[in-house]
Amino acid sequence: MYLVEEATQLADRVFQMWITAPQVARHARAGQFLIIRLDETGERVPLTISAVRGDQVRIIFMAVGKTTEHLSSMKKGDAISDVVGPLGTPSEIERYGTVVVIGGGVGIASTPIIAREAKEAGNHVIGIIGARNKDFLILEDEMTEICDELFITTDDGSKGVHGFASTVLDELCKNQKLDCVWIVGPAIMMKVTSAVTRPYGVKTFVSLNPIMVDGTGMCGSCRVTVGGETKFACVDGPEFDAHQVDFDELMSRQRTYTDEEKASLEHYHHGGCGCCGGDH
Amino acid sequence: MSGSVKDFSEVNRGLSEENAVFEALRCMNCVRPTCMKGCPVCIDIPAFIQQIAERDFAGAAATLKKDNMLPAICGRVCPQESQCEGACILAKKEKPVAIGALERFVADWERKHGMTLPEIAPPSGKRVAVVGSGPAGLTAAAELARLGHTVTVFESLHEAGGVLTYGIPNFRLPKDIVRAEIEQVKALGVEIRLNHLVGRSVSTDELLSYDAVFLGTGAGLPYFMDIEGENLNGVYSANEFLTRVNLMHADCFPEFDTPVKRGCRVVVVGGGNVAMDAARVARRLGGEVTLVYRRRKEDLPARAVEVANAVAEGVQFVCCANPVRVIGEKTVEGVECVQMEMCDLDESGRPKPSCIEGSNFVIEADVFIEAIGQGPNPLLISMLPHLDRARRGNVVVDDDGMTTIDGVYAGGDVATGAATVIWAMGSAKKAAAAIDRHLRRE
Ligand SMILES: Cc1cc2nc3c(=O)[nH]c(=O)nc-3n(C[C@H](O)[C@H](O)[C@H](O)COP(=O)(O)OP(=O)(O)OC[C@H]3O[C@@H](n4cnc5c(N)ncnc54)[C@H](O)[C@@H]3O)c2cc1C
Ligand SMILES: Cc1cc2nc3c(=O)[nH]c(=O)nc-3n(C[C@H](O)[C@H](O)[C@H](O)COP(=O)(O)OP(=O)(O)OC[C@H]3O[C@@H](n4cnc5c(N)ncnc54)[C@H](O)[C@@H]3O)c2cc1C
Ligand code: SF4
Ligand code: FES
Repeated sequence: MYLVEEATQLADRVFQMWITAPQVARHARAGQFLIIRLDETGERVPLTISAVRGDQVRIIFMAVGKTTEHLSSMKKGDAISDVVGPLGTPSEIERYGTVVVIGGGVGIASTPIIAREAKEAGNHVIGIIGARNKDFLILEDEMTEICDELFITTDDGSKGVHGFASTVLDELCKNQKLDCVWIVGPAIMMKVTSAVTRPYGVKTFVSLNPIMVDGTGMCGSCRVTVGGETKFACVDGPEFDAHQVDFDELMSRQRTYTDEEKASLEHYHHGGCGCCGGDH
Repeated sequence: MSGSVKDFSEVNRGLSEENAVFEALRCMNCVRPTCMKGCPVCIDIPAFIQQIAERDFAGAAATLKKDNMLPAICGRVCPQESQCEGACILAKKEKPVAIGALERFVADWERKHGMTLPEIAPPSGKRVAVVGSGPAGLTAAAELARLGHTVTVFESLHEAGGVLTYGIPNFRLPKDIVRAEIEQVKALGVEIRLNHLVGRSVSTDELLSYDAVFLGTGAGLPYFMDIEGENLNGVYSANEFLTRVNLMHADCFPEFDTPVKRGCRVVVVGGGNVAMDAARVARRLGGEVTLVYRRRKEDLPARAVEVANAVAEGVQFVCCANPVRVIGEKTVEGVECVQMEMCDLDESGRPKPSCIEGSNFVIEADVFIEAIGQGPNPLLISMLPHLDRARRGNVVVDDDGMTTIDGVYAGGDVATGAATVIWAMGSAKKAAAAIDRHLRRE
């Protein structure tokens, strides 16, 4: 059992949670994730490790379906049945020079740990965090503190630059030499944003989020095509060279269980009481 | 549809007490029992069978447990026909003694009437790390604990058992039986740490700080055919399909949260036990199932009884054919296959299949499952410095299970490539004995 130490809401449908998981906290690096299973009947759900303090790790998630909704109802003192991690290959962080760390929506969750490690490696770190509007924006203070420069974008212009992260990135590319870029967000956002750096030949990483089961390279559910080759995102990634990724295939595979996900959420709301998922 | 394909309860019901005694009486208690030569863990077969004949079921259980801590599992999934039973003297004349069924009977009897533990040696003060809780890891752990060592098993999944838990379906191996036998291993003092992926949750330095290490990480890496359309929705590795159902209970979706595509028409490719399991699971999920195999039906590597069960449950076999392309827009719509012809026999005596040009045909399908084999799990073993690996990626070991790193041993599928439960257990026992010698020497 893994204890929830702190649970707070950060934005509309977005939650932050600190969980005690010593074996994860001890080894976690930027770019890695963990897998949780809430209870006996639960699904194994991957979430990025967003920060570490002592024995605890932080996750930030958007309530989009059965598991994340259930998780969002959990409070300090509640217990999660299983937490395994850190999983995945850590980000390739070196002293590149000037790096840009971009987060879109709940993808911003991944950016502080990458930005911090990049900073510690001696890079000039530029952050770009973008959201639909100012109410969806998270981790602004934390990113302000870590980054040398921080840009904020909102789709509706309610805060920062009116537009997308790609708008700002395009400007940056035009005006200075960038050495490395990380982009984390919804697949479509990563596809569009990474297209910006392609003509400039800037090394660009994206963190892919296919559907996973074990997260240890055993099932092949998470396979993605990178540079024409099949890779398992859970062990070979989740970060890959953005310019080699087949995003359309990724997006199609993410939709495999759309109908089942709806059914699961409905069952959660109408079937079980939700507070005792184990008793069915 | 036959009755048993509607649910996941065990297909084979086992022997009654009377039938077990009757069967045991057929054993001739040979002076030189050939059956034991066929058993990779050398169970004292005549002894436990005589005890059954004398109705000393508890004694029979104790005899079994001396050499095999997982008898209820082995009694169900071992390929006895090619091991002990194949070597039984009676096999030549009439039917061999049903050793597997008797083993299962005794183990089931003991579970109902209360389990007893074998003796444990005094503590040695040595710590051993075992990676993986499949049959190899469990056996090594049990043996080492009995020899007095402090054993910690690391398992990456949330349940122990390896393939016994996530791969082999309930209708062949009920999970409460797997759990009960794992509890026995724990009762010997073995600690099992779930949710620990060694190499990530535990560093290799931490691992190597134990007095000895046993690697039982199995052959969990699924192979794909590398054909067009393989990443369409609805294409599964057998590992994924079986894991979703066995470990995550997708057959009970939405009571359990993990979904699986229940195809109306399912195509499985492969011919081993894994393919039979995938096909039979797909049948139970309600699909019309076609199994495509590239050689002839008589070449199927799966156990004959599993093939027979699959046939009885309505699985269609298309032999001498091989998939070359998965057809579909976003999701699977069909599997294009090509007919194969059998050429010269290869080293193993099996025919070499080759494609017949222009013989392509399409099987309509909405789910396609690839059960074409799996390789050693590379994650941890590729992180260990100086660990020699062979061409197919498996860890190189000597007769004692020793690897090229001092104090590190390996056994089971990670060393042999995908094999069987009992071979995994046999190699783990040997390695455990060698680890014990290694620890006492120090
Ligand atoms: C390596 C990795 C790291 C991730 N990190 C985070 C994170 O830090 N915070 C976070 O909120 N989410 C993260 N995700 C996505 C997260 O795992 C899914 O949102 C989660 O599985 C939803 O579970 P659910 O049962 O609540 O929803 P489901 O019922 O499974 O799905 C509901 C909806 O969520 C979307 N969805 C489902 N699976 C995914 C997925 N894998 N990626 C993106 N969208 C999905 C789909 O639109 C779907 O319709 C990550 C995914 C991966 C693979
Ligand atoms: C579907 C299927 C059906 C089968 N049917 C039969 C049958 O009927 N009869 C038979 O005899 N054999 C059968 N087999 C083969 C048999 O199951 C295997 O040979 C046997 O399980 C191998 O045992 P093992 O302990 O080496 O590995 P596994 O059972 O694979 O166990 C390895 C364990 O190690 C864990 N692990 C891996 N890496 C790490 C790590 N880095 N850190 C922590 N944990 C890790 C895995 O999660 C897993 O639990 C079947 C196999 C399959 C897949
Ligand atoms: S070979 Fe057959 S008959 Fe002889 S002891 Fe073994 S099981 Fe009994
Ligand atoms: S999630 Fe199973 S192989 Fe990656």
